[in-house]
Amino acid sequence: MATDGLHENETLASLKSEAESLKGKLEEERAKLHDVELHQVAERVEALGQFVMKTRRTLKGHGNKVLCMDWCKDKRRIVSSSQDGKVIVWDSFTTNKEHAVTMPCTWVMACAYAPSGCAIACGGLDNKCSVYPLTFDKNENMAAKKKSVAMHTNYLSACSFTNSDMQILTASGDGTCALWDVESGQLLQSFHGHGADVLCLDLAPSETGNTFVSGGCDKKAMVWDMRSGQCVQAFETHESDINSVRYYPSGDAFASGSDDATCRLYDLRADREVAIYSKESIIFGASSVDFSLSGLGLIVFSESTHRYLRIESEIVPCN
Amino acid sequence: MAQGSGDQRAVGIADPEESSPNMIVYRKIEDIITKMQDDKTGGVPIRTVKSFLSKIPSVVTGTDIVQWLMKNLSIEDPVEAIHVGSLIAAQGYVFPISDHVLTVKDDGTFYRFQAPYFWPSNCWEPENTDYAIYLCKRTMQNKARLELADYEAENLARLQRAFARKWEFIFMQAEAQVKIDRKKDKTERKILDSQERAFWDVHRPVPGCVNTTEMDIRKCRRLKNPQKSVYGVTEESQSQSPVHIPSQPIRKTTKEDVRKQITFLNAQIDRHCLKMSKVAESLIAYTEQYVEYDPLITPAEPSNPWVSDDIALWDIEMSKEPSQQRVKRWGFSFDEILKDQVGRDQFLRFLESEFSSENLRFWLAVQDLKKQPLQDVAKRVEEIWQEFLAPGAPSAINLDSHSYEITSQNVKDGGRYTFEDAQEHIYKLMKSDSYARFLRSNAYQDLLLAKKKPESEQGRRTSLEKFTRSVCCWRRVRMAAAFHPRGGFLPAVGKVSGGQAPHRPDAVLLTVPTAGPGDEDHAGRRRRSTSTDRVSLRGDLVTVKEKE
Repeated sequence: MATDGLHENETLASLKSEAESLKGKLEEERAKLHDVELHQVAERVEALGQFVMKTRRTLKGHGNKVLCMDWCKDKRRIVSSSQDGKVIVWDSFTTNKEHAVTMPCTWVMACAYAPSGCAIACGGLDNKCSVYPLTFDKNENMAAKKKSVAMHTNYLSACSFTNSDMQILTASGDGTCALWDVESGQLLQSFHGHGADVLCLDLAPSETGNTFVSGGCDKKAMVWDMRSGQCVQAFETHESDINSVRYYPSGDAFASGSDDATCRLYDLRADREVAIYSKESIIFGASSVDFSLSGLGLIVFSESTHRYLRIESEIVPCN
Repeated sequence: MAQGSGDQRAVGIADPEESSPNMIVYRKIEDIITKMQDDKTGGVPIRTVKSFLSKIPSVVTGTDIVQWLMKNLSIEDPVEAIHVGSLIAAQGYVFPISDHVLTVKDDGTFYRFQAPYFWPSNCWEPENTDYAIYLCKRTMQNKARLELADYEAENLARLQRAFARKWEFIFMQAEAQVKIDRKKDKTERKILDSQERAFWDVHRPVPGCVNTTEMDIRKCRRLKNPQKSVYGVTEESQSQSPVHIPSQPIRKTTKEDVRKQITFLNAQIDRHCLKMSKVAESLIAYTEQYVEYDPLITPAEPSNPWVSDDIALWDIEMSKEPSQQRVKRWGFSFDEILKDQVGRDQFLRFLESEFSSENLRFWLAVQDLKKQPLQDVAKRVEEIWQEFLAPGAPSAINLDSHSYEITSQNVKDGGRYTFEDAQEHIYKLMKSDSYARFLRSNAYQDLLLAKKKPESEQGRRTSLEKFTRSVCCWRRVRMAAAFHPRGGFLPAVGKVSGGQAPHRPDAVLLTVPTAGPGDEDHAGRRRRSTSTDRVSLRGDLVTVKEKE
């Protein structure tokens, strides 16, 4: 290869050792700025205390494990997808099912609601992400209007509309994320960098931002620029798969839940992990995390092997 | 619960199979189980219990297990300890001796520990032939305790039909197993029989129980090769597990990979980062500012639809009339007003009154451009250019020459990000100039004060400050009233808590910022809770009952 000729003197080993020394230097630099612990500063905030959650609604209808769900912007509708291949749209306030479609594959691991509320996206073992427009016409067969948008070379693990019905961001077991144009199915941008399956993603909650974070089986959480496709920041402190990532509501930080039974908070401005949430008695991994509106509460879902769409959870105060 | 992150631990476990998510959990449980059985270091009391005509060997009570977990895993709540115990039981590491359902109860029920041979970490995936052998052998032994349960009898019948042709083989294997078992000591057999049964309770659970051996299909690939038979029966015709795709060979790191990594690391080293103290301050300040908007913490007004079954709150949010709380939020940051449709409209109207609405309209047009399907992008780019930037444009925006140059170059390619640079400029301009003036404007303040009569001779700024402070205090004080139902120490609040909305003038007049219950109002900080408050918090703050 042409480039090899320019760097003849560099062996793989010497490059690797250069990388290692840079990592060490980076760690040193970051440590210099670590003048206080987050939980020390957080002590002035009134803690949530012992929080008890009550199930408000139980949505029965899936025949097997529910793998994914997403809220509609109207705060009451939900789309959920299951291991049995069914995708259901509910009005969770009334618990009525409004739409249902059976996917040709089982294990529908990802689903998302469009910002307009007029469509849903889903996919899984079929390696694709498909978009279904939602119609209230009883005569129309929802499955007939299906549009195949994304194509990966392995299972689809997560999908999310951007702030428009016209673009979808996907994450896949093939180790990549991708941004797609819904109408044409064209690939707008791909994101390479994870060393293993990507399991989750979350878009930054900014009006002006173009970034998102992804987490994978390589234990890394990576922040991407949607426009350039480049990874702008990466964090590798978890000890096992990262199952879920979620931005802190201000967009300056994000939390991750992992099979190592910890959740961690990473701040983008400090470029560092700033908190670990774990307990000796928590053995199983966290499958899903989310913040309450103010960021004070971080809700962690663990051991989610229920068939009903029910909120059974454990809260770890954001200290 | 939360720990500091001083040391960023190196990640890397040598054996890839050991690092599979399941293995991590199994090793943790095994660690706990081993400690639990170690009587030298305070393990649970495992003993032989006399019962009627016989002895029950090697058992421990549920209570003992729960107590041990509470003590050794620092668990305060027995309910949590029961849950952890049940999780360990569900995986098959401990089991009730008289029940097929694998849970742990906090009572005198007897439990036994599973033999390491049967541990899930050995990656058992027993075939149905194995299960058939097991059920078959149970019917051969004439013991009351080995009688088949209904569901087991059904399973056996089904297996007999399915394996009709090789039933002789299965029968022989079962006989062989019975012979082996007979040679063992009576007490040992009791224990082994129960352990074997517990193994099958995990792999062939009672109908209605969750099968904990069901794997997340995304993680299957990294499992060790499964063992198919506990009785050492190997079959050539055994089908490949459809789920065990051999793990993909790890792609070797190339020089190019490492070069990319080096570039990345260098970029990170050059990055300007903030100190932890600043970052922490920012995160906490955000939380403090938004806590009153967080329905999980501050009860929503008029009510939380999920609790009261009344959707009034959502109707209010959808209406064009913004509540004072919502209007106040627009003042938190420029992004807040841009996020809110009603806020945007108000801001636009204000800009129109100042004849500078083209900036916001440009910004909105570019946002809209990025939401377009690919095929419409080129057209929209041209439209925006004509409207806002072309020479003689009707809504000309003011860009510096450098930005204008970049943008006119981009227009030639016409992509979704054509106006990124320009949009950023206009955003910054609006934020530092128009937004600040909007917040000081009559229009905004009227909304904030719910069209109250204008403030007196005090400058508008200070009255705004005073108002927002008193609204905040009102909220805190109102919450305190919820904690202490009598509310006796706050007669003022007593009057208001009769359901009056916070934005009514009466509410403002009634607040006395300094008369809070020991409320130290240092620069908007919330006070530290006392232990009694925490008790009240648990009881009164959230209108919930303990689930089950």
